[in-house]
Amino acid sequence: MAEFEPKIVAFVCNWCTYAGADLTGTSRIKYASNVRIVRFPCTGRIDYMLLLKAFDEGADGIIVSGCHPNDCHYTSGNFHARRRWMAFRSLCDFIGIDTRRIKFSWVSAAEGAKWADIVNTTVASVRELGPYDEYKKVAKKPVKEESHG
Amino acid sequence: MAKIGVFICHCGENISATVDCAKVAEVVGKYDGVAISLDYKYMCSDPGQNLIKKAIVEKGLTGVVVASCSPRMHEPTFRKACAEAGLNPYMCEMANLREHCSWVHEKGEATTQKAIDLVRTIVEKVKHNQSLDAIKVPVTKTALVIGGGIAGIQASLDIANSGHKVILIEKDPSIGGHMSQLSETFPTLDCSQCILTPRMVEVAQHPNITLYTYAELESIDGFIGNFKVKIRKKAKSIDEKICTGCGLCTTKCPNKKNPSEFNEGLGNRTAIYVPFPQAVPNKPVIDKALCTYYTKGKCKICEKFCPAHAIRFDQEDEIIEVPVGAIVLATGFAVKKTDFFPEYGYGRHPDIITGLQFERLASASGPTLGEIRRPSDGKIPETIVFVACAGSRDEAKGIPYCSKICCMYTAKHAMLYQHKVHGGKSYVFYMDIRAGGKMYDEFVRRAIEEDGVNYIRGRVSRVYEKNGKLIVKGADTLLGAMPVEIEADMVVLATAGVANEGAEELAQKLHVSYDPYHFFAEAHPKLKPVETNTAGIFLAGACQAPRDIPESVAMASGAAAKVAGLFSQDELTREPLIAVVNRQAPPVFSSCVGCFLCMSACPYHAIEKEEIKNRQGEVLKTVAKVNPGLCQGCGTCVAFCRTKSIDIQGYTHEEVYSEVMALLND
Amino acid sequence: MTLGFYPGCSLKGSSREYAESVLAVVKAFNIQIQEIDDWNCCGATAAHSLNKELSLALPARVLSLAEKQGLKEIVVPCAACYARLSMTQHELLKNPELKTRIAEINNLEYNGTVSILNVIQMLDRYVTPNLESRVVKPFGHKVACYYGCYLVRPHEILNFDRVEEPLSMDTLMAKTGATPIDWAFKTECCGASLSISRTSSVGRLSGKIVGDASDRGAEAIIVACPMCQSNLDMRRKEINSYLGKRIDIPVLYITQAIGLAIGLDRKALGLQRHFVKVKV
Repeated sequence: MAEFEPKIVAFVCNWCTYAGADLTGTSRIKYASNVRIVRFPCTGRIDYMLLLKAFDEGADGIIVSGCHPNDCHYTSGNFHARRRWMAFRSLCDFIGIDTRRIKFSWVSAAEGAKWADIVNTTVASVRELGPYDEYKKVAKKPVKEESHG
Repeated sequence: MAKIGVFICHCGENISATVDCAKVAEVVGKYDGVAISLDYKYMCSDPGQNLIKKAIVEKGLTGVVVASCSPRMHEPTFRKACAEAGLNPYMCEMANLREHCSWVHEKGEATTQKAIDLVRTIVEKVKHNQSLDAIKVPVTKTALVIGGGIAGIQASLDIANSGHKVILIEKDPSIGGHMSQLSETFPTLDCSQCILTPRMVEVAQHPNITLYTYAELESIDGFIGNFKVKIRKKAKSIDEKICTGCGLCTTKCPNKKNPSEFNEGLGNRTAIYVPFPQAVPNKPVIDKALCTYYTKGKCKICEKFCPAHAIRFDQEDEIIEVPVGAIVLATGFAVKKTDFFPEYGYGRHPDIITGLQFERLASASGPTLGEIRRPSDGKIPETIVFVACAGSRDEAKGIPYCSKICCMYTAKHAMLYQHKVHGGKSYVFYMDIRAGGKMYDEFVRRAIEEDGVNYIRGRVSRVYEKNGKLIVKGADTLLGAMPVEIEADMVVLATAGVANEGAEELAQKLHVSYDPYHFFAEAHPKLKPVETNTAGIFLAGACQAPRDIPESVAMASGAAAKVAGLFSQDELTREPLIAVVNRQAPPVFSSCVGCFLCMSACPYHAIEKEEIKNRQGEVLKTVAKVNPGLCQGCGTCVAFCRTKSIDIQGYTHEEVYSEVMALLND
Repeated sequence: MTLGFYPGCSLKGSSREYAESVLAVVKAFNIQIQEIDDWNCCGATAAHSLNKELSLALPARVLSLAEKQGLKEIVVPCAACYARLSMTQHELLKNPELKTRIAEINNLEYNGTVSILNVIQMLDRYVTPNLESRVVKPFGHKVACYYGCYLVRPHEILNFDRVEEPLSMDTLMAKTGATPIDWAFKTECCGASLSISRTSSVGRLSGKIVGDASDRGAEAIIVACPMCQSNLDMRRKEINSYLGKRIDIPVLYITQAIGLAIGLDRKALGLQRHFVKVKV
């Protein structure tokens, strides 16, 4: 049986992490192809309902990443994102969403290697956790055959 | 019905080496709403762009997806191409197949699948995109410069010389700032007044510059290109139009024993005064806090003697409102004094002075006419100790940063002392010598090698008086931290450069960020050194961090160039990727409940309150409104909004949700 | 509330008069005080120059005992003990692993719930509010308040008074009717731990202190540290020989000075124990 390939959605800001992921590309650093990046102007824009939506749609893991503290292109958006994440994480714990499936990180435009590393470690850890069947059942998404193997 | 054109780029072999571009084009071509899907070797080339333009025209495309490199690279290119073919540029989006796919994954089915996913996502987004128009903001071509030191003077002159109007306000009675107090300037030792005063006069005479001295910023409103500022012109108690500046009043004023700010307390001035002989404007003001008439109700001697009858005791502060398009902040810095270093005895002994006080002693126009004499008894000090880093780079004093100018001016002071007091002994206690700059290190070497200044690497722990001498206790760290005690006649402390009192308040008034030490913060430490995070407000000189004269001047010219650039057009064009409140519904039906969380979230103060009134003029509700001149498009407000009433163009809820929903559904 | 009392070794030996005067003043102001049972040496100054764990375990044991005794606040009159106890509290609270390790060594739980006061802080909190009304015999002398090294350093940890130019003792003394002088050696070292091993150095270091106080007209030196007191007082012979003249300024603990001002018995304050006769 083929290894389980988790689906990872990454929500990133345009100025740091998106540019950092660009640098991973220009540096030709290889990483797992499981990740799909969605670009935002700033992590401050990221409405965390989007994370639930991504799980709804069948994501097994999520990465949220923006500029390092104090480096935000818009001064303070990443602080808002961080604070919102603290609250959202408690909510997830409360409603039973596995917060191990969400990776919150800072990747600057100069950290191409770090981006590759974050994707790889997230893919590995989510692979370990297996497909997010619990959520898929609630969201009435088809649970794939292979995940039962 | 959407008609999307999808254009897959091979980027030579950069993409096609790992991604099966033809297959991507084929699969995507079958999606709903995709009218044309093709691949080509170089999309960004002229023929590539023509492919897109042709398809827009021939197929009547409503949207374009270019699947190639990072949008950070070529988004403007393709948006421009689309606009040229008649498609709204914001209907064009890019899928990043190169940096985020072909370059980072191995060749194979999974990589091609990822490419398909990425393109499909963007196709879904473009389906929900809306045509946007660039935002046009009118520009008032007058600049306000706050602060009349060398930075403010330079900025004013540069802006005025590029043909624009300038209003320069200065809180003191004269422009000139700290530079006018200096004796000589490093590293050339040319006289500060000699190089500064011609510029001060130029400011006063320039047809494009309106100068308000003794004036402060009262309030500010508006945004880039369209500020409205209120200026408080403090009452000078004289009629400037009539006053001839003869100065008779200042010689007759009986209230003579007031410490002169210009001489850093080393000399006195009268209550009606001109701060220094070369002042611009060279007309006196009455210091209301000191004047006998204002404090005790009688005197008026100046009025009696004034040959021009220009004294106006009943004059009151005047507030004027002016529209300006840009603001240059050049409010400068202060030096730390008072009770900050009890261990150094400042304020306890008159012969322990600050560097700025030494400047006045060394200045030909100073209280001693340029002779180095002790404030206590007027004797020439035979031994003098300079303490560098008095407060700077000292976490315990709350000033961990380097004040930058002290190494150089301390070397200059020691040099001036050696030049003026032959046979005198001078010592400099220092932590490091930071003399980075053109001819700077050479200057310090000259002080040490040619003028025989004794440099001791170590800090001073205490200065105290004993038998009429000032004992300076320190350590020589180059001799194994050997304790050193010097019996000095005078001690000069290179006190830290700090932000002006009230800088924090001014920054808050202007919505400009400031650092923990209350220096104003630049928008980017490397690439936007003169901009602030508020569009249209620029920084010059030491209000941003301690700066020397050449740096302040360079920064001022930089800020002036930014202002001139802003004023070079009648309207500002800005990307429309900004937040808006309820675009579809008329405001009265707005789902905005007026909680104004967005207002607290916005780092740019771009959210305003809008009152929705009925025809009788009654306020029905108050909702949020985005000022398009101030919004920078971060979208923090969007995530804050409880009722999803605010959205950001280019990254709307519809757009990003459709992206997420398309990501994983193949 | 009962105030805990950690005398430390000095206050039971060479500086008995410090303990006597602290307890006398405390009693005069009706403050409940209780000595920590079974206390041990804080380790100053030998332990922390030899063995880090030992230097933490010794003070930690004292603090654990205080906790066990239900004390919330303890006064530590000796400046060196005060510094050691405070440093230990600081180190252990920021490093939970170390805290566990030290608790293991001592076989005593340590939570860091006890707040540590030096004698000035204790006086400020419990005596100052009523001090002026209690003064019956104003301490009408020019005094040099001498803080020494330990009372105010390291500032980052103790966060007590201004590190280079402290004023708390001066303010307190002014309330007893004394005139504190402005002098230069408030925080210079007296040579503390060299007292026995290199007495000549003590003569020089303490000599400068006594010399400056005398030059500026001080009639008494006021201290809050047993080491400072003994060096400035007991080593007066060496000091005098360093200065080349005889100086008779007495060295009083701040609690002795306060005791005199509120009219306590000289003997109860231990004034007879000093080497330099206390005539003030």
